Formats: sequence, structure tokens, C-alpha cells
Amino acid sequence: MLAWTIYISFAGALLLALLPKGKPVMACWLALGLAVAGLALGVAGFAAGMGQGRVVIVDAAWAPSMGVHYMLAADGISRVLVLLTGLAAVAGVLFSWNVELRTNQFFAFYFALIGGVYGVFLSFDLFLLFVFYEIAIVPKYFLIAIWGSTRREYGAMKLALYSFVGSAMVLIGLLAAYTTAGSHSTALMDLAHAGLPVHFQMWCFPLVFTGFAILAGMWPFHTWAPTGHVAAPTAASMLLAGVVMKLGAYGCLRVGIGLFPHGLDPWGFSLLGVGSWRDVFAVLAIIGIVYGALVALAQTDFKFVIGYSSVSHMGFVLLGLMTLNQIGVTGAVLQMFSHGVIAGLLFAIVGRIVYDRTHTRQFAELETMHLSRRLPFAAWAFVFAGVASMGLPGFSGFVAELQVLIGAWTAKPWWACAAGIGIIVGVAYTWRALQKAFFSDVIPTAHELEQEQAHKFAAITWPEIAGVALLGAATLAVGLYPRILLESIEPAVKALLAGGVQ
Amino acid sequence: MNYADLFRVTLPETALEVAALLVLVVDLGLLRKAALKTRVAVAAMLGVAGCGAALWALYAAGTGGFSGSDGLLLAAGGTAGVAQTGILILTALTLLLLVDSDFTRNAGEYVAVVLMAAAGGLIIAAAQELLVIFVGLELLSLGLYILTAFAKRSGKSAEAALKYYLFGGMSAAFLLFGFSYLYGLTGTTSIWQIKDAITISGPSALLYVAWVLIVAGLGFKIAAVPFHLWAPDTYEGAPAPAAAFIASVSKVASFALLLTLSLNWFTPGPWVGGQREFVEKVLGQYYQTWPKLATILLIAAAASMILGNLAALAQISVRRLLAYSAIAHAGYMLLGIATMPRYTGGVDLFHFYLSTIGPFRQSANAVLYYILTYGLTTIGAFGVVGVVERATGSDRLDAFLGLHKRNPVLAAVLMVLFLSLAGIPPLVGFWAKFNLFAAVLGMSGGPVPFALVSLAVGMSAVSLYYYLQVLKRAYVMPAADETPIHAHPVTMGVLVAIAAAVVVMGCFPALLQGWIAGFYPVG
Repeated sequence: MLAWTIYISFAGALLLALLPKGKPVMACWLALGLAVAGLALGVAGFAAGMGQGRVVIVDAAWAPSMGVHYMLAADGISRVLVLLTGLAAVAGVLFSWNVELRTNQFFAFYFALIGGVYGVFLSFDLFLLFVFYEIAIVPKYFLIAIWGSTRREYGAMKLALYSFVGSAMVLIGLLAAYTTAGSHSTALMDLAHAGLPVHFQMWCFPLVFTGFAILAGMWPFHTWAPTGHVAAPTAASMLLAGVVMKLGAYGCLRVGIGLFPHGLDPWGFSLLGVGSWRDVFAVLAIIGIVYGALVALAQTDFKFVIGYSSVSHMGFVLLGLMTLNQIGVTGAVLQMFSHGVIAGLLFAIVGRIVYDRTHTRQFAELETMHLSRRLPFAAWAFVFAGVASMGLPGFSGFVAELQVLIGAWTAKPWWACAAGIGIIVGVAYTWRALQKAFFSDVIPTAHELEQEQAHKFAAITWPEIAGVALLGAATLAVGLYPRILLESIEPAVKALLAGGVQ
Repeated sequence: MNYADLFRVTLPETALEVAALLVLVVDLGLLRKAALKTRVAVAAMLGVAGCGAALWALYAAGTGGFSGSDGLLLAAGGTAGVAQTGILILTALTLLLLVDSDFTRNAGEYVAVVLMAAAGGLIIAAAQELLVIFVGLELLSLGLYILTAFAKRSGKSAEAALKYYLFGGMSAAFLLFGFSYLYGLTGTTSIWQIKDAITISGPSALLYVAWVLIVAGLGFKIAAVPFHLWAPDTYEGAPAPAAAFIASVSKVASFALLLTLSLNWFTPGPWVGGQREFVEKVLGQYYQTWPKLATILLIAAAASMILGNLAALAQISVRRLLAYSAIAHAGYMLLGIATMPRYTGGVDLFHFYLSTIGPFRQSANAVLYYILTYGLTTIGAFGVVGVVERATGSDRLDAFLGLHKRNPVLAAVLMVLFLSLAGIPPLVGFWAKFNLFAAVLGMSGGPVPFALVSLAVGMSAVSLYYYLQVLKRAYVMPAADETPIHAHPVTMGVLVAIAAAVVVMGCFPALLQGWIAGFYPVG
């Protein structure tokens, strides 16, 4: 049943591409229908799968001579991420209701991307996972290049090339693993049990992990992310930061750690305290957390703050993966979901609600616009999203980051201390953005008040309210009752760690 | 020497020659007074019918080859069968692309030359003997030189043809010189016997000289570095249907030839004699000699991948971009041909040899899969370029601006074909690359093949940039001129069919793979 999320997305993309031009409303409603159908299937699949382990959905021979299978399966982690994709898809459509230019093509590329993302989360054959991973690259390029804003052609090409280089590294690792295991099969389970030699895993793991981590925004390969997110139109930024970066993290977990667990073993020697690939990537993740936060603190463009905050939050995901204990990895998966929702909300507010009305993202100009009075909905929504992003208890971010920190402390205490610095700086940059954009202290002059009356902002539309409500409810629900997700994530993480790292 | 066998095996070539003569007779005799469009259409249809007849003849001919007194001269079935079928289908497609063109008033002659060149290609694909190879190669090449020059109103066409001809003539001379040295060394012109003789006698200085000369001649045909200089000018100057033919059919034939040589010379066995002790005595010598010879092909492969992709980055003419990308793709395929298993000791030599038979077969199939699908995609690409050229008068990147508005179907076809060339799933180009690289690594797991595969994957990533440049013009950048572009229904039909085939074969790779595997008898 979950496989239908993939099929309706691609079928929908084709249908949307063939719609007659000049009918944006029809395209919007069709897109919303498709996204809601996908979300409904995701929720149904999630509910049906609760308490079950890995459920194989389909397993057909695709290229029998090579041992490639069309194998779709879902375990707890996959189900949670499919749910995230459904939420992000619906929210993205809602926040794109005002796209006028080539609307049907916009949604066609959008659903091609969504289909690819669903495919990655549901694939249990390495070759199939790679196919869906690559399918997702081209729609991203066109979404940003055609409908984007600041430096869109440069941002789109940079994003596409970085993603492609990352997937090239993964392809090399995939080919090496496949041939070293005897060229029998590309199914994840078969490769995991193929007994790949330790020295092989020692170089294949960093190659594959780095390849996926480029898409996850690991420092120092993160520079595509702020540029690309800022250049992208709102729905694409929501998807990119919310879901596509999680593709990279999911690949790191499922393929990197799942297939090459011995790649994380100690080398036997240590250089400046770094004695294994686990240490290397943990340090890079921490640098990403702190560096991303510090750079976000210095930005003058509202959307760049959110872009760098995504890099910082993804650092938490990667750190959680490197803790290699139950609670840390669970926290990482929960952070994938949580940040996906919160980043979507943040980009929606900055892009759709604020930028489409004020036509500027520079703090210097926003400070003079008194948005807390003129756009109260945006101000309150950003307060809500901002505190969720900071990690306030009651929201999903708190549960996730807490678990990651506990896991990091269990692994190496200084990791937790360094990551904690990132949280503090996170409060700082979110607060700064909040204050500068919405709650500046400048009192308006009489002339300015007149101008405001003359040029009122467009009213908040129902799709924007619906989108904010959807994402806000999601983060609040998981924050108040995390067990709904943790019940699915914890057994899956346990199985993965047991099958992998001893 | 059984001449009935010769007639049976060369039935497809005969069908093509008969069709060529028929086209000439019809065009020069019956249609003198007809309009150009009619003459072109009739000639193209007759040509396609000729290819169809040749395809039927190919299946009627069966799988027994033709042997002279010395050994096999022309093979049938196996690699030859696959390549010949591919050549005929691709020729038919390039002839269908001719229907809308107006670059020449000599339609009958054009189609006749295409068919005769295709016959040369069929011979090359089947040849097992040095002189037969040369005859086929010359028949194909001379036809291609003429085709390049066919656009008499274009100065570029004449210049390209002259460059192609001079370069090609010199390469043919090198090839023949190398062949003559091989004959001098071994006393025979049969590929099989040459392998036996060289393995037994071991390498000598003269052998290396001969080998370099042969690689120079063959490298020219496939546009491998450093014998690639003709490709950009020829791709730019030749009329679009002719460029499509050069880029697809001649490449298929040349790679089939390289595969024949590689399967004969780089695979140990079957041996004259065949007793196990004899084989074991010779195998040791074999693994000393032949991998050294394969090294020059690996160097050419690496150089082609690097230069082809990097030079394509700088192009503003889409035809030249396609030419440099062709050089890069030739590099990937050479990797599949030239990778040989490394014998590092430790295991019984005879068992090692037995274990490499499967990987060799897999490698050969992967290269065939790649060249057939690449040929198909390239014909489509040149078809699109031809339509845009006729509408806008240029093949520069700027001519493609706003294509999605001017002809949405054409833009969609362009997207599918170029993404396939870049190796994006679920299109067939991705599977072809994956298949090829997996076969290369399955053959030999040493550091050199791995480094080369990594280079190939890396260069593929580079190639995405220049393919996206063309798609950016078509989809992203604003149009300079928004008048709709109309294409002939036959052309659009062919292009849509090619794009559909690229998508379907990419989603179901087992289709073409199974078809190719069917040409080889089981066991």
C-alpha cells in the first residue's frame, strides 16, 4: 500500500505536465489532491505498520542477470520518514497556491521530486535506492532555476552538481560493494550479510558516507545548501531543507552504517584524538552545528539565517548517527522528522508569508516595516516556529536534540558539550532574526503610518493558515507525545544497530 | 571454400546493395520530374525497406559463419548478430530522419551511399580476418566521407569532409601498415591464428610497433583521444541525418570490431590444440603478453574520458558539444573493452582462466548494450538538433532558447535524450553505464580498474553540467523568439518513439539485455 505513494506521485507528475496551460487553479487543486492522497497513504501505512518490524511491500526481479531486485519494504524509520514527506508535500502545495508562472509544470517537477523521495525511503535494494536518489536531482534543478529568486541559476546548478558528485561517490561505493560481494545481488539485506572484508569497509564506508553526507549538508560540503535554499521558491526550499537533506542522512544511516558497520571501528592509531571514521564524522558534525549557528548569527538576509540554521540542525542528525547507541540514533531519526517539519514552517513563513508581501528579506529593511503590527499572523507563527527551532520543551525539536545530546554524552562527553554550544547560539540567532524582522523597537513616524495605510499587505489566505496549522500541529503533537513516533523508530534502530555494529 | 555459405552469410549485405541500386534506378530513372520532397521521401522509404529486407535476411541466414581455407572469415550470430541488427535498425532510423531535409537535391545518391556504407558496417561487424576487416572499414569510411560532404551549399560541410577524409585516409594507412607487420610476424591474417602465434612466440619489439599502429587506425574510427580531432568538425559540418549516421552506425560497427578483436585476443582460449597441459603451458605466457597490449587502450580510454568531458564544457555549439561527448562515451566503452583480468598467482592458472570466461562475456554484452543504446540516443539528439537548425538557422545554444514554449514535445524529447546521455535514471543511459562499470569491476578488482571506474563516474558527474546547459536554454531561460517550431510528422514520430524507447528500456533493462543474451548459444 505504501508503494502507491510513489506511483501516484509520478503518475500525478505526468498528469500535471499534460494539463492545459493557463489554468493555475486547476493545477493547484489537483496537486493538493495528490499530496493529500500521499499523506493519507503514509498515515495509513504508519498506523498499519505500528508494532511490526520490517514489512516487505514488493520484491520482483528487475535485472535477474545482475541480481537487481525491485524491492520495496518499510521498517519503522521508513514509515516515519514517509509520514514526514507526506506532511511536507501537502504543506508545500498549500504554500505554493500563489504560483502563477507555468503552474502545471511547477507542480509536475514538484511531484517528480516527491516521488523520488518516497522511493528512496521505501527502497530496500541498493540499486533501486540509488535510482530514486538520482531521480530526485533533476527536478530540483528546474524548480530552482525557473521559479527561484536570488541568483537562481547559479544556486540551481551548484545544488545539482554537488548532489550529483555526492551520488557519484555513492555509485562508486555501490559498484565496489556489489562486485566485492560477488556480483550476486544488490538487495540491502544480502549485501549486509555478504561478509565484506574489514579493510574494504574501512575505505568504502567514508566514501559512501561522505557521498550521502554531502546531500545532508555536512561541513565542509554544505555550501550548496544556503545558496540553494535561498535561491529556491518557497515550496522547493521547504522540500529541500525539510525532506531532501534527510535523504542524505537516511542514506548515511541505511547504507553507510547498515552495510559497512566495521568502517566505524577504531583504526588502531589515533591522530590528535581522532582514532576512527566515527570520530572524524562526529567532529565534522559538531563543527557543522557550531559553524552553521555562528554564521547564521551574522546574516543580513532573513532566508540565509534559516538556510544556515538547517546546516546547524542537520549537524545534530549526523552527530546522533555517529553516537552509535540506541538513544543517539533514535534521536537522530526523530530530529530528521522534527527538523523537516520545523524547517518547512520557517521557510514557509519567511518565503511565502513575509517575502511575497514585503518583497525584501534584508533585516535592515524589514526592521522599518513594523511587521508585528502589520502581519501579526506571520509574527506569531514565527514565534511559534522559532521556539520550536530553538528546542523548547513541548515541541519536537526538544525531544530529538535531548536524545542526541544524551547519546553524545554516553559516547564521548565533550561531544555533548560542544553540541550544547550550538544550541545556545541557536537561541541567539533565532532571537536576533525574530527581533529584527518582526519586533524592532523603532517607532513609526506619522508619514510612515500614512504610507502603511495606503499600501496594506495582502490578507493572509486560507492555504497559508492551513499550512501553518498542519506543520505546527505536527511539531506540537510529537513534542507533547513523542511516543507516537518513538514506538516505531526505536525497534527499527535497535534492529539496524544489532544487525550492523556489534 | 563453400560459396553457398558465403552467399548465405552475406545475404544482408546483398539485400542492402540491391536496395541501393534500386533507389538509384527509381530516383534517376522514374522520378526525374517529381518534386524534391517526393523524391526524398521515396528514396528514404526504399532505403528503410532495404534495411528491413536485410534484417529479414539476417535471421534467414542462421548462425553458421563462413570459413575459408585458413579459418573463419565471417562470423554470424553472437556479437556479429547483435551488432548487425543494431546497425540495420539505426540506419533505418537515420533514413527516416532524412524525410524532412532539404540539404541536397541528390536524394537517391545519398540513400544509396548510406546503404552501401551500412553494408560496409555489416562486414566489419562480422569480420574475423585482417583483410576482410580492412575492406569493410574502407567501404564504410569512404561512404562516410561522401556523406559528410553532401550539403553542397554549405562551406562547412566541404571543409569537414576534407578534414575527415585526410585524417581517415592517413589512419587507414596506419592500420594497414600495422596489419602488414602482424602478417609478417605471424604468417597469417586470421585473427584467431594470430593470437595463437603471438602467445606462443611471446612479445617482440615489432609486435609493439604493429600494435600501436593498429590502435592508431582503430582509435580514429571510434574517435578516441588522441585520434579524435576529426570529430568536432565532422559533427558540426555534416548535414544532420549524415551526422546522425556517423555518430551512431559507424560507432556501432567500430565497437563491434573492437569487441571481436578483444574477445579473440584478450580472452584466453579456445586454443588450437585444447589439451589441458598445452593450455597451461601457454596460459602463463598469455597473461604475460596480452595485458601489456591492453594497456594502451586503457590509456586512450582515460584520456578520452577526461578530454571529451572537459572540452565539452566550453562549447557553445550543440553539435560540437555532442562530438566531445561522443569522445567521452567512447572512453567509457574502451574501458569495458580493454580491462583484462590480472593474474597475481596463488590460484591454479587453469581455474583462473575458467573463472574469467563469464566476466568476459558479461563485459562484451555490457559494451554492446552501451553502444546500441548510445547510438539510438544520439540519433534522437541529432534529430532534435536538425529540427531546431532548420527553424532557427543555427545550432548554437542560443537557438534552443525557449524551446519548451515553441515546441513542448520536442523539448520533452530533448530532455529525455540529454538526461539519458548524462546517465540519470530511470533512463537507459544510466543502466548502460552501471552495467558497464559493474562488468569492468567484476572482471578485475585491482586498483587500476577501480581508479578508472572512479574516473569514469567522476567525469560523468562533470558531463551533467554541459547537458544541463542545453536543457537550461530549452526550459529555464526566457525565449528570444517565441514563434512555434513545426516539425514534419515523420520526424516527430521517430523522435517520440526514440524517447519512449529510452524511457522503457531504462525502466525495464532486462528487455534489451535478454535480447542480447539470446544471441549466444547457452553453455
